[in-house]
This record gives sequence, structure tokens and C-alpha cells, in this order.
Amino acid sequence: MSTLQSILPEILLLALAVIILILDPFLIEARRRLVLGWVTAGGLVAIFAVSLLAGRPGIPLLVYGGMLRFDWLGFLFTLFFLFSAAVSALFFMDVDRLNRRAEAYLLLLAAALGMSLMAASADLIMLYLAIEMTSIPLYLLGGFLTQDEKSTESGFKYLLFGALTTTVMLYGFSLIYGFSGTTSLYALSSHFSKLDALSAGVFILVLAGLAFKVSLFPLQFWAPDVYEGAPAPVAGFLSTASKAAGFVVILRLFVVAFPALSANWTTILAVLSALTMTVGNLIALTQKNIKRMLAYSSIAHAGYAMIGIVAYSQLGASSTIFYLIAYILTNLAAFGIVTAFGRVAGSDEISAYRGLSRRNSALALGMLVSFLSLAGMPPFGGFVAKVLVFTAAIQNGYIWLAVVGVLNSIVGLYYYLNVLKVVYLYRMEGEDEEQHPVALSRPFVISLSLLMIGIILVGVLFAPWFNWAHGAALNLF
Amino acid sequence: MHFPILSVIVFTPVCAALLMLLYKPDQKKAVRITALVTAGVVLLLSTIVYFSYNKAVAGYQFVEKYSWMPFLGISLHFGVDGLSAPLVLLTGIVMLTGVMISWGIEDRPREFFAFLFFLASGVLGVFASLDLFMLFFFYEIAVFPMYLLISIWGWIKTREYAAMKLTLYLFIGSVVALVGALAMYWQSGQHTFDMLVLEHANFPVSFQNVWFPFVFLGFAVLGGLFPFHNWSPDGHVAAPTAVSMFHAGVLMKLGAFAALRVGIMLLPEGAKTWHWVIMGLALVNIVYGALIASVQTDFKYVIGFSSVSHMGLVMMGFATLTREGLTGAGLQMFSHGVMTALFFAAVGMVYDRAHTRDIPKLGGMAGPLPLVAVGVIIGSLVSMGMPGFSGFIAEFPIFLGIWKTQWVVAVVAALSIVITASYVLLVVRRVFFGRMPAELEGHIRPINAFDKIALVLLCAIMVGLGLFPALMVPWVQTGVQHVLSLLGGA
Repeated sequence: MSTLQSILPEILLLALAVIILILDPFLIEARRRLVLGWVTAGGLVAIFAVSLLAGRPGIPLLVYGGMLRFDWLGFLFTLFFLFSAAVSALFFMDVDRLNRRAEAYLLLLAAALGMSLMAASADLIMLYLAIEMTSIPLYLLGGFLTQDEKSTESGFKYLLFGALTTTVMLYGFSLIYGFSGTTSLYALSSHFSKLDALSAGVFILVLAGLAFKVSLFPLQFWAPDVYEGAPAPVAGFLSTASKAAGFVVILRLFVVAFPALSANWTTILAVLSALTMTVGNLIALTQKNIKRMLAYSSIAHAGYAMIGIVAYSQLGASSTIFYLIAYILTNLAAFGIVTAFGRVAGSDEISAYRGLSRRNSALALGMLVSFLSLAGMPPFGGFVAKVLVFTAAIQNGYIWLAVVGVLNSIVGLYYYLNVLKVVYLYRMEGEDEEQHPVALSRPFVISLSLLMIGIILVGVLFAPWFNWAHGAALNLF
Repeated sequence: MHFPILSVIVFTPVCAALLMLLYKPDQKKAVRITALVTAGVVLLLSTIVYFSYNKAVAGYQFVEKYSWMPFLGISLHFGVDGLSAPLVLLTGIVMLTGVMISWGIEDRPREFFAFLFFLASGVLGVFASLDLFMLFFFYEIAVFPMYLLISIWGWIKTREYAAMKLTLYLFIGSVVALVGALAMYWQSGQHTFDMLVLEHANFPVSFQNVWFPFVFLGFAVLGGLFPFHNWSPDGHVAAPTAVSMFHAGVLMKLGAFAALRVGIMLLPEGAKTWHWVIMGLALVNIVYGALIASVQTDFKYVIGFSSVSHMGLVMMGFATLTREGLTGAGLQMFSHGVMTALFFAAVGMVYDRAHTRDIPKLGGMAGPLPLVAVGVIIGSLVSMGMPGFSGFIAEFPIFLGIWKTQWVVAVVAALSIVITASYVLLVVRRVFFGRMPAELEGHIRPINAFDKIALVLLCAIMVGLGLFPALMVPWVQTGVQHVLSLLGGA
């Protein structure tokens, strides 16, 4: 029973996907959007609840011949993916040409399934399969709007770069197997006990694939083009769940398989983290399109989250996980708002947001909350998350990295505030905002309210969330 | 378990802000009344705290402690001492008068008061926090609403520039201080952010010497210390009246207070090493601020630069590290807070009616606005440190302290009193007396009842404190005693 329990969320996800497929042919056109959207979101929430009640791991356990590890780390990230997918499904409901297609919801579920396997993988083969299982649905979702050139370009770009980096990573995996004779992550550490040409080479190859996933410098360049072209909720899902999946793999793979080389790889990651933050923030400064701006900002956030991994300690890993909790909530909210607004305004230019606070003051307030949380302001989640990663960095002597992070936060604050200025200060041409209200549909009201409450809860009552993150980090060290 | 009065004070404004955001945008009257009632409640509670603070016992009182994040030793820990109790009271006063003065705001008053009250909660939280992490938490909350308040409701010509400049300056200062605070956290080895524990952490002298400038200067940015004062006059001028009052009246004290609480009190040896540098910078503040103020032609810039000069006196008082200097600085924070709130309120009233702040274009305002003229005259007397007003009891000990440390500095700093007297009196004469320009004749409406109450309240406090220093000096002295004991009983 316990082995089935370990893949309970995955089984349920598969069942939900099948239900969606079966439902699809029986639905009349007028009801498709409502039924498909609510069934997917509701089903995901139910899976979330059932997993939390019945699927909780006890002592860490290798299951299915060592393919998966049933522990808090994997379980917690599975919950993140279920949550992000549920929120994204609600966002899907208001994107034309996406909301009536069962395939879109199905691909979302398939990606979530792949991610939760990524989080639990304890074997290189399983890991590779899980990564592909995640990536392929996401390539399709990115290019889902086939009549839209930008969306097609986005999907195709994502596919090309994704396939390339995954291949490089696969090559790294094969070298690992060739030299160590094992594919189990938990058996690798003894084979990589000292730094030599082989371990350095393997590390670089594997890192390439994972750096792409989390958009770490220098493999960050795809993100803006892909996010800009993809439907906004897909971009939101990519920038949160997919990135978190990359992080959990980095945590597990590097900490578990290469502990003896930690001094070497933390140095590399520290430099990459600093560059990622700086490049992301500096380019974000000049963006005129909000999706591109958020893409660069999410690159920068990958850099901040990496600081905790660089710190290489329980506190560091916990703070990275905590960072991801805050970041998932915040960035989903940001992309949700972009979806909701873009639908009415028909534009993703930042200048289109003029007068938003007079057109819909609640949506403007939501934007304020999520952007200030991204900037790292209390009482929102982003503040505590940033302070935690900096605390972890300073504990382990990475004062320079904390300083780089702090300087980057200042740059970040500047461009986030510039957007809020447009929202609150500038007015529409003609100053007749009352004539152009921005209506929100029910799925948006529900999902955005939920996210706002989440952002504030994480920012104010941070201890319980941190304890979760810490419980997961305990599985690593 | 006593009534958690400090938590109530800190969280009342933010709860009111959330409540206001639930109103409909056109329920302007309900918003204003909620704001007024909330500010009244906060003032009432902070007055109770102030007067029931037991000076004989001293130390931190009304202490509340709730474990917030045990893993890192973060707790929600409130308490006031003789230095922070007056500042909590000051915040209550400025909140109430600020709401009264902003009664007439027509553009989105709901958002205006909500942001203002978020800010107020942040400010109160910093004054009451005894936990370093929470102090930063509230400090940042006090910073960001400023951006919106200034950029949306500010003076149209400079608001975007000034708001961004101010926010970035303050944010840079706070994050620099934050790095210092985290360094302290790990250095102490106690795994706690509790400042009462960190006060006795006995950091090595070399550590203190390295990190003191980060922490002190980081906060001193908000205190307006030269050369980081640059944001402040622009910010004051661009801000709407109530925000200028809050800003100069309370927020700058926040910086000075945090610099004292975190910089000097936790890193006393560092303070001893660096106090000459701080003195030098503060001296520039005092004299240079006064000189610049004396050549301004914009009424609001005059007050903005005079704030820089007066906050220099606070920093100077800190830097002396003497009983007299610190006591004076503590009193100056309160006295200047009230005075500058009054000045900005008065400037706002004049500007709302004359639609200009250009001093040469004003004149004869005492005729239609007699109460404003009286208020500004009282404020000017306070500002020059005239005996019988609160400015005197604050500035006199500061100068005593400076003299005790280095008499040359005292002589140079005293120049500022002469300069201040000359420019405030000149401004009073030009704005309120003489002939009113023809184009203003007949356009000056009288001020309303709320404006009058606010002015009278602020004036009464300044005169009352000047005549009865015993209403505040003993409080501040108990606080200073504690600081001195941390400095090694000097």
C-alpha cells in the first residue's frame, strides 16, 4: 500500500486527465469553457486535498526499485505543482482559443504530472523521463495558439532550445553511468569524491540542462521570447511551476550526488546566481512589454532563489524552498493580472496600463501587492523570502553575494515601481476611465483573491511555511 | 497578561486601512470619518501609553512578546522606553492633525488614507519593536507607501522624480543596514533577533568598527544626514500636505531613532570610533542646511531645508555620546516633529489658497489667515530655539553636549541659530505681513474648523512643552540613561 501511496497524486492526476478526455466529446460548445475549466481546477484542488490527507510521506523511502524517493521534498513540490496548475487552469478559462480545448487542460495536467515525478526522481533515467514528460506538454502549450505567429514562434523556440539543452544533459547522464556504473542518485556520491576532469565535465553538462529549466545565466535568453509569445497563463505556469521543478532537481541532484564537490559547485553557482540576477534586472529596466519585463524579472528571481542553494546548508535549502513558495504565489498573481487585463485591453504594453486604478481599483491593488512582493517589500511574501536567502548567504560567508542581491533588489524596486506609477498615476487618453471598466470573470476573482491572501499570509505568518520548507530541506542534509 | 496596548496601537491603522479599501470608491465621507476616528483612537492610546509609562522604573515597558519564527529566533516583541514613548505619541499627534488637514482631498481619498495608514502602522511598529527583524519589517512598510502618496497626490511638477528619488534613497539605506543587521545576527551566535539580547552580545570591537557605518549610515539616510539628505527637500516639497507632515514630522525621526537603536545601542564601540565622522557630517547638515534654506524662494523648500538643518542637530546630539547631547536629541526629535508638522500644514494652507509658494509673490496673509500667521510665528520661535518654547529645551542641551565634546564644533554649529533666525523671520514677514499682491486680494478663503483645531493643537504642544519641560524631559532621561549604560556608563 505504501508504494501506491507514494504516487497517489500522480495516479489521481492521470485519472483526472482521463476524465477530461472522456468528458470532452460529450460537451456542447456553450458549456465547454465552464465545465472543462472548473473540472480541471476543482479536480486539482481535490487531488491537493486528498494528497495532503492521505499521501503524506513518513520516513524517506526509495520506492519502485529506487526510481522514486518518497519524501517531504518531493511531496512539498508536488503540492506546489498541483496548486500552480489549479490556478493556471482557472486563468486558462478566459483565454480565447485555449479555454474551449480539452487538449490545453490535458497538457497542463500532463506537465504537472511530469513535474511531480521530477521532484521525486531518485534515478537518472527516471529523472530524464520526467523532465521530458514535463517539457513536451509545455512546448505544445507555448505554441498552442496556432493562428498566432508569436505563439507559434514561442513554442518552437522553446522546443529547439529545450531539446538541445536536454540532449546535452542526457549526454552528461550517460557519462555518469559510463564511469560509475549506476544511475541511482543515492549511490553516486562515492564515485564523485574528488574534483577531476570527468566530474567537472559531467557537472557542466548536467548543469546546462537544469540551468535552462530555471533560466540561469547564460541559458536565460529564451525566456523573454517564449513568455512574450505564449498565452499569458502558460507563461505564468512556465515561470513558476516549471522553474520550481528545475530547482528541486538541482537541489536533489547536486546535494545528494555531489556532496564532496560542494565547495566547487557552490562557487560556480554563486557566480551564475550573481550574473543571473544582474542580467535579468538590468535588462528588465528597459522593457516596454509587461510580459517581457516579467520574464526578465523571473530570470532575476531565479538568481535570488539560487543564493540559498549556494549557501549549502539546511537553512539555505529551506530558504530557497521558502523563496519558491513566495515566488510561485506572487508570479502567478502577476501573470494572472496580465492575463485578465490583456484580455480586456488587447495589449501587453506597459503603457496600456494607464489609468488602471480608476478602471478597476481592486485589480490595481492586486498589482500593487504582487509587484511589491516581487520587489521584496513587507508585509508581502517576497520580503521574508529575500531576507531568508540573504541570511543564509551571510551565515556561510557569502557576504559579497548578499550584497549583490541587495543591490539587485534596488534595481528591481525601480522597475516595479515604474509599472505601479503607470497604473496609479497616469491616466488614459481622454481621461474617461469610467467609460472603460475592466471586468473580471469569476475564475479570476477566485484565483486572484486566493493568491493575494496567500502572498500576505506567507509574508506575515511566515513560520508555518518555513517549517514546511525546513522539513523538506531536512531530507537533503 | 495586561492589555496588549502597543499591538493595538500598531495594528489599528493597518486594520482601518483594510477596512477603508472595502468601501466603495464614492463613499468619501465614510472614508474620512473612519480615518479621523482611527487617528483619534491611536492618539488616545498613545497618550495613555505615554502618561502611564513609569519613569521611576524606567527600562522597556508595556512589553509584549509573541514567538513568531522560533527557528531563527524572530519574535513579535513590542515595548517602549523613555526615548520611544514620546515618538509614539508624536506619531499619534501627526496622524490626527494630518487627517484633519487632508479632509478636503477629492482624488481617491480611500486610497490616500489607506496608504497613509499603512505608513503609520509601519512607523509605529518601528518605534515599538524590540526585535531587529520586525524593526526592518515595519521600517520597509513605512517606506513604500510614500512612493504612491507622493507620486499620486503630490505636486504635479516634481512628484514623479521626487517620489522615485526618495524611495530609492530610503530603500538603499535600509538594505545596507539590513546586511549589517544580518551580520550582527550571525556574529552574536545567539540565534535571536531580540535586541534586548543583542544589546549585551559584546560584539568584538573590530566587528563593531566595520559594521557600525553600514548600520548607522543606512538608517541615517532616512534621518537626512549629509550627504544622503538630498532626497528630503525634494520629497517634502513634492508631497501633499499631510504626507509632508508625516514625512518630515515622523519619518525622519524614524531614521534617526533606528540609527540610535540599532547603530549606537547595539554597536556602542563602533559608535565611539566613528562619532567624530558623524559629528562632522551633522555639522555640515546644520550649517549648510540653514544656509541653503536662507536662499530659497519657495516657501516649502525653506521648510524642507530647515528640516535638514534641524535633523542635523539630532544627529549631532547622538554623535556627542554624552548625556546632555542625547537628551537634547531625544527632545529635538519630538519638538522638531511637531514644529515641522505645523510648518508644512501652514504652507499647505497658504498654497491651497494662493496657488503659489513663491515667497516674492506672497504677502499680507496675516489679514485673512490670522491663526496661520500665529502658528507660523510660534513655529519660527521654536525653530530658533527661543526660551519658553519646546525648541529651547531641546537645542540647549544639545549645544551643552557639543561644547563638552568639542567647543569649536559648538561655536560653528551655533552659527546656524543666527542663520535660522534670520531666514524664518524674513519669511514670516514677507509671507504674512506687508502688502498683499493685488491678484490675491479677495481670493483668500478663511481656513476651516479642522484646520484651526490642528493648528491650535500643534501650537499648544510646543508652548506647553516649552513652559513645562517636566512633561517630557524625565521620560527622555530614563531612555538616555540606558543608552549611556550600554556605552559604558560614560
